[in-house]
Amino acid sequence: MIQFQYVKPSKSKAAIDTVAKDQSAVFIAGGTNLVDLMKRGVMNPEKLVDINKLPLRKIERENGNVRIGALALNGAVAEDKLVLEKHPLLAQALNAGASAQLRNMATVGGNMMQRVRCPYFYDTAMPCNKREPGTGCGALEGYNRMHAIFGHSDKCIAVNPSDMNVALVALDAVVLVSGPKGDRKIPFAEFHRLPGDTPQIHTNLQQGELIMAVDVPENPYTKNVNYLKVRDRNSYAFALVSVAAALDLDGSTIKSARLAMGGVAHKPWRLNEAEQFLAGKPATEATFLQAAQIAMRGAKAFEHNKFKLTLGPNTIVQALKNASGVA
Amino acid sequence: MSSDKFPEKNLPEEENGPQHSDARRTFLKQSSLLTALALAPSAAIKAAELKFEEKVAAVFEQVKVTLGINGKKHKLSIEPRATLLDLLREQMHLTGTKKGCDYGQCGACTVHVDGQRVLSCLTLAAMVDGKEVTTIEGLANGDKLHPMQEAFIKHDGFQCGYCTPGQIMSAVACVREGHADSDEEIREYMSGNICRCGAYPNIVNAIKEVKNGGQRV
Repeated sequence: MIQFQYVKPSKSKAAIDTVAKDQSAVFIAGGTNLVDLMKRGVMNPEKLVDINKLPLRKIERENGNVRIGALALNGAVAEDKLVLEKHPLLAQALNAGASAQLRNMATVGGNMMQRVRCPYFYDTAMPCNKREPGTGCGALEGYNRMHAIFGHSDKCIAVNPSDMNVALVALDAVVLVSGPKGDRKIPFAEFHRLPGDTPQIHTNLQQGELIMAVDVPENPYTKNVNYLKVRDRNSYAFALVSVAAALDLDGSTIKSARLAMGGVAHKPWRLNEAEQFLAGKPATEATFLQAAQIAMRGAKAFEHNKFKLTLGPNTIVQALKNASGVA
Repeated sequence: MSSDKFPEKNLPEEENGPQHSDARRTFLKQSSLLTALALAPSAAIKAAELKFEEKVAAVFEQVKVTLGINGKKHKLSIEPRATLLDLLREQMHLTGTKKGCDYGQCGACTVHVDGQRVLSCLTLAAMVDGKEVTTIEGLANGDKLHPMQEAFIKHDGFQCGYCTPGQIMSAVACVREGHADSDEEIREYMSGNICRCGAYPNIVNAIKEVKNGGQRV
């Protein structure tokens, strides 16, 4: 780890100004991802701006939303009464991520900023366009078992590793951001990026912009939900494929659906067309199979992750079955 | 290399001759200090060997923190890069907390900060300012072991023992959080603690006994 300066401002303006005017400065909240990356020399910030003094931990009702402060801990959100009542899908996704210890450290804002787990990104001896633009993508022709099947480019095929993000994109969350030029709101689906030609830019946040909170609008998805995560071991592993499924049922008819996948793209992957297909259909296995086929359109696998082309639709069908209670 | 194989008189003149030494030392001093700044800590060690430690130390920032460790308050001056794990082991000599992977993947370094289980290897010590840390050394009440420690011994919840302090700290939190109601729940909420000896069934039994025993945990 290189030397760095450590500051802990008590006002968000001071924190934002510090990072806005210094390209080598970054915010630190829980540190579970950043400290790891710093130890490995993957990220080398020269200044850490600790934001833990800022009052951003609350989870509250706000204008038809559940507003979750950026510093609310993953574990606290997963067990919060309001979240469990209004957005059980989010609680399920959070509990599927990391371990109890990490969930006690990791924040909601930090989870959104989590970097990819691609081994070529982590290994500084390897080429990686994300870590060192222009060096090439080691995974493209390398060991790409964990990698993307949607939205990848020839510059980067890594996936977003967060479970929370998959639920938040399905639930139409909105990110509240404060920056040197003022406040703005970013729809969750537009917060993360596809790699394109600039995989080194992993979100649409500008230098100095700080996540203050995330709003999850009230919705009818309080009962028939399921976050299904498939991984190499039963717990404490990153997703091979995960699916966030939420249904609003009228008897056995689907009034509307929300569907997103994790472990398949550089951003949490919302399945809009499959959702539209599900609306108005009976909640049956046949419907779910068709929705899964629609969801997988355009998928392109690499040498070692072809199994995701089968695992993906199977996981979608199973998550929809779990959510609807259809055996 | 022993000195009799390379007697001093055989050294090249520029290494041994007095005529260049002052200038050379000054150059070394300056360049080493600059290198130390750029490449710490290995260069800093080199600089320290060359007796520039005061100068090097002066440019390394220290952060002052006050924290409780196992009920005792400490005022410490630490380097921002120090993790809580390294502070506990290297500075406080509390070596019960283990360094397993050092990357947040094994759970051997689990401690409690303000009552919550966390990974000390991914916690910067500077960020624990004002908080209360409990390590495995702070669990027993004098000579009386904590019920979870007793249960791990009774159920043989370990073989080599390296992961055990982390397992026990995590297990205590698991019961306190109310996540020890079934074998399945215990396994899920203990999944952040890896045991390479595979003592998992016995660990689950130990936790179940403490949970069902109803003692104050």
